[in-house]
Amino acid sequence: MSLETVKPSPALKNFLPKEYQDLVEDGPFKKERKVSEMGSFKEILEEHPMCAGCAMTLFIRISLIALPSPEHTVIIGTAGCGRLALSQAAIPFIYGNYGDTNAVASGLKRGLAIRFQDTPKDVVVMAGDGGLADIGFSAVMHSWFRKERFTTVMLDNEVYGNTGGQESGMTQRGMVLKMAPTGKKFEKMDMMGLAKTAGVAYIARLAPTNPTRVYNTIRKAVLIAREVGPTYVQAYTSCNIEYAIPTPKVMDDAREVEKDRYGFTEILTDEAKKYWDALEAERRAKIGGAKKEVTSQEA
Amino acid sequence: MSEGVQEEVKTNPQGDVISAAPPPKADLKKGPATQRVVDPDYMFLEAPKDKIFITGSEAAKEAIRRANVDIAISYPITPQSETMQQVGYLYAEGYLKDYYRGEEEYGVMSAIAGASRSGVRCLTATAGPGLMRGMEVITSWPGGRLPCVLLIMCRVINAPLAIQPDNAELAFMLNSGCLLFHAENQQDFFDFALRAFPITEKCEVTLPAAVAVDGFFVTHARGWVELPSADLKLPPRDCYHEAVPMMDNENPPIRISRDAPIQKSNFISYQMHASWQQEVWAAVERSRKWIDRWFGGLIEVVNPGARIVIVASGAAVSQSREAVRQAGEQGLEVGLVKIKSLRPFPNEELIAATEHAEKIIIPEFNYVGWLAKEVRAVIPRTERVVNGPRVFGGMSMPTELILEKIFAQVRK
Repeated sequence: MSLETVKPSPALKNFLPKEYQDLVEDGPFKKERKVSEMGSFKEILEEHPMCAGCAMTLFIRISLIALPSPEHTVIIGTAGCGRLALSQAAIPFIYGNYGDTNAVASGLKRGLAIRFQDTPKDVVVMAGDGGLADIGFSAVMHSWFRKERFTTVMLDNEVYGNTGGQESGMTQRGMVLKMAPTGKKFEKMDMMGLAKTAGVAYIARLAPTNPTRVYNTIRKAVLIAREVGPTYVQAYTSCNIEYAIPTPKVMDDAREVEKDRYGFTEILTDEAKKYWDALEAERRAKIGGAKKEVTSQEA
Repeated sequence: MSEGVQEEVKTNPQGDVISAAPPPKADLKKGPATQRVVDPDYMFLEAPKDKIFITGSEAAKEAIRRANVDIAISYPITPQSETMQQVGYLYAEGYLKDYYRGEEEYGVMSAIAGASRSGVRCLTATAGPGLMRGMEVITSWPGGRLPCVLLIMCRVINAPLAIQPDNAELAFMLNSGCLLFHAENQQDFFDFALRAFPITEKCEVTLPAAVAVDGFFVTHARGWVELPSADLKLPPRDCYHEAVPMMDNENPPIRISRDAPIQKSNFISYQMHASWQQEVWAAVERSRKWIDRWFGGLIEVVNPGARIVIVASGAAVSQSREAVRQAGEQGLEVGLVKIKSLRPFPNEELIAATEHAEKIIIPEFNYVGWLAKEVRAVIPRTERVVNGPRVFGGMSMPTELILEKIFAQVRK
């Protein structure tokens, strides 16, 4: 980014918005931040108009902390609840048309790859179950088949929350929702299976019950997308309004659904596994090396 | 063609064999490494030109060869595919940095929206039903302030479906906020396609441009095209000199969204939407000076001062030229106003060019008569406008049809 491209004159620095100053001095850019540090640094997402107790907001907040290089990331969304938070985050956010996310991401990622050959620019799609599995289905599937190198994160609340509670393809069979007045007639779409069929390099499913797991999953998905191929994270992010989950019970519901049908699952292609193992080995060697150094210094 | 050499046999959509294209000039085969960047003014107005006899699709290919395009994305549809597969060959030769066949036009136009936001020079093309399919996205490009070039090879859009030429689809493009140029022939298709790129990227414009041409009549037929050397190319897109920041995360970190998300229902958002639209259409107007400079004006006038004037765009202009010549042979001077740019529309130019006209005939390749409506909306004394002749669904427009209208006015 940014921190080099546009540098304010020191004389004017104090007149810049506090947001800018805080983000530069105490933000997550060019500094790896951990989930355990939440609350002690300037986050990419702070204020937002999401509903009280929304699990999706927690998931988005942790996901943004997990980005391996937020200073070189662009996020793409579409209509739905998630964009209400994403459009107020300190990362460029593209809000295009209905269900266009993965097509826009394909063009954007390729364009950025042409312009920035030495700096990996990460592209992350973050959209709802309706935006990705229903109206954006064709674009999602084709971006996977084409092996486009970006991450698709589905904020799966199993309903059209922002439009007022209509049934989606990701809704459970039998659920009575708007536009499914006698109950949904068909099964929840198997987007995990479709991702596997399309050869997605890294596929993960999880509920936001464990912040460190959310952090690790998103990080892994973005890094694998950077080097190997498309990645897909499907996250249960309940709609406490449309499913009438009492606000204090949102995490209880997440744990219950996780146990029942949304357990943590990871699927890696051989190539992705090889790449990730090498990356992990490198990271461990670095930590080991650092520890060794410390030990020898102590000695 | 030498004996023993297997040449690909080209056919038209009816299956008739089309004789092989003339061998390209030697310099067409040199490749991208020999190209040098030149100023657009030099490329368009000063560079020496060769004259070759090529199809409209080949003319578009030659424009793209010189346009320094970074990425082209499209979905095949007759009669566009001939052009976009030729652009594929240019990619294979290294003239473009990326190229792919999209899933369908909604996906294609969206991918172009993404690529343009990244700051690279983008090209796409479509025809008829494909344009309709991509229209939701295309109408959002101007508000996104996305420079790119869309070639439209016009064909039937209404049921019953047909691949034949008919330009009713341009009626939809008129209100999209995109710049819209209508090429008469192969030469125009080359000129307009190439010149559209730098216009779209001017800071005061920062808008997409569509270059329309009537399918088959121009795309699949040959005409003489004067073109500068293939050793020349336009300067690359300079995205940091445009009206909006790029979506490349090279901006200072701040919580501001460049692309306005869906608007809430309150007066600030109404105001915001209004100012957005006003700015888009003001930018359309600001493109005029570049069209004047590089297209030689928004219109061309033949026989100024004639009492009967034809106003036309696209392939209807070619037929009208011939009708004007034939009327001249019979001792009747008929004027012709060719409209090159439909958006911006040549309001003042058209009023001046038709000032002395007693009758204004508007031949069109569509049923709805969108050009007649456009002209009526601009000129005074609209009773002078004579609708048609109009042909559609693939019909050609014999000059007799136009002459009939002309002489019917004389008899009155």
